[in-house]
Amino acid sequence: MSTLQLDNISKHFGAIHALIDVSLTIKSGEVLGLMGDNGAGKSTLVKVIAGNFAPTSGQMSIDGGKVDFRRPIEAQRAGIEVVYQDLAICNNLSAASNVFLGREMMRQIGPFRILDYAGMRDRTAELFKRLKSETRPRDLVRRMSGGQRQAVAIARTLLSDARFVLMDEPTAAISVRQVAEVLNLIRQLRDHGIAVVLISHRMPDVFDVADRIAVLRRGRLVANKRIATTSPEEITGLITGAIELA
Amino acid sequence: MSADTLSEAIDRSEHRSALARITSHQTFWVFLAAVLACLALSLLTDTFASERNLFNVSRNFAFVGIIAIGMTAVIASGGIDLSVGSTVVLSAMVVAVLMSAGQPIWIGVPAALLAAILVGAFNGVLISYAGMPPFVVTLGALSVVRSLAMVLSDNKMIYEFGPDTRLLLSLGGGSTLGLPNPLIVLAILAAITAFLFKWTRWGQHLFAMGGNEQAAQLTGIPVRRLKVSVYIFSAFTAGITGVLEVGWLGGVTTNLGQGMELSVIAAAVIGGANLAGGTGTAFGAIVGALLIEVIRNSLILLGISTFWQGAFVGSFIIIAVAFDRFRSLRSSE
Repeated sequence: MSTLQLDNISKHFGAIHALIDVSLTIKSGEVLGLMGDNGAGKSTLVKVIAGNFAPTSGQMSIDGGKVDFRRPIEAQRAGIEVVYQDLAICNNLSAASNVFLGREMMRQIGPFRILDYAGMRDRTAELFKRLKSETRPRDLVRRMSGGQRQAVAIARTLLSDARFVLMDEPTAAISVRQVAEVLNLIRQLRDHGIAVVLISHRMPDVFDVADRIAVLRRGRLVANKRIATTSPEEITGLITGAIELA
Repeated sequence: MSADTLSEAIDRSEHRSALARITSHQTFWVFLAAVLACLALSLLTDTFASERNLFNVSRNFAFVGIIAIGMTAVIASGGIDLSVGSTVVLSAMVVAVLMSAGQPIWIGVPAALLAAILVGAFNGVLISYAGMPPFVVTLGALSVVRSLAMVLSDNKMIYEFGPDTRLLLSLGGGSTLGLPNPLIVLAILAAITAFLFKWTRWGQHLFAMGGNEQAAQLTGIPVRRLKVSVYIFSAFTAGITGVLEVGWLGGVTTNLGQGMELSVIAAAVIGGANLAGGTGTAFGAIVGALLIEVIRNSLILLGISTFWQGAFVGSFIIIAVAFDRFRSLRSSE
């Protein structure tokens, strides 16, 4: 069990208050849907958690221990991975090469250390199997569907033994059938004991897969409810401001 | 992309035979064109297949080929290097000036290669750390570096290389086991580069950076250092060519390597390097250089005016890229 706790996180950019006193808990084995209108502070919150921005004030802790990320690599070492909207993958490489990019497996042949393609393929195949995805390690990402690309990006997070995965609009630019595929991937992550934060505009997706929903409006957290205790109507009201607080 | 085309795409890639995979590469067709041109020339002229002509052709194309390998690395990483022609003359001048002043070859050649490496480091640092566009930086270097070579030699021709003259001339102009030395250097360099591209992190990261630089950065690849290394590599290949050309020509003037960057880029592009980054092979660079030289040679042997050279080489650049474009359009549908 891992817990990421945010206490009174604020982030100011000069006079702009992007986040105001946000307190939130993210637990392993749970999918948290993070919703809000454009400019509500979702991306800023993700960037604070991922170590891109240091918060102006407030405290983050993992399993009770205080953490203070200055750079993304520090967040990654603490088990936090981000799957970006514009997927950080290379179209000209194979799925396996992408999964292992920056941390390739090597093997020793005489005096040379060379890339262990077979090892990386096998390990990637295992990861895709765990994700119940039909993506194949040798295929070039250029030839893949949006859903398969997501599988590649998500396999990366499994490889690094991430405990917290933040997903920025993973279903924004793909077809309906592939959305189902991606939502399944998210459930797989959850079932592997990973805490998932799903940032999305798409109400049906969030209600389909999330266990809890948090709503940001103009930098403030206005709701943090179990999915069973709320409805799409209420969430819409919270996002637009028709409902002040829940 | 819909589900249908997805499963179709999977079927296609599953049922593709080895032959289909080979023929899907631009390099294969360029290679075929070069081989056919050679065959046709052997039948049409009695001079092409002569030992002397083949020796000359292979040596000429080796010079362009060596740099085209370096250029392929730069292009695959998503950049361009316009300064290679000037780096050739700088490297040639450094070795010529030092040796004509009485220095031995083992000082002259390393110093020339070091000068080339410094040019690459200059390009690389400005491009990666100052974030300047490669086209502009290397265009500036093209001018600066040639000017340095002129200053260094006082714009005079150098044709005396001190005590080690014979060694220097045989390095670039001689042959080993019947093969011209530049050709042997090309083969060794191509083998090493092919290995680096395919089997090392350096190669993997280089292609990743060319495919999606932002992704490479996000995954923690040291993008800046990598970029510097790529420009050093291309300048180094130009340095090698400079040293070899001195030996072949037996003298250096400051117009050596002028406009060579264009033939080199043409060779890399004909050989399958994509200027958008992310693709390219060492073998392709050689094949591209070979095709250009065969075209050049055949026009001379067939008695066609050399004024036509540019038209033929230029058309081949466009045809090779158009061919690749149509192929990728078809496969993305």
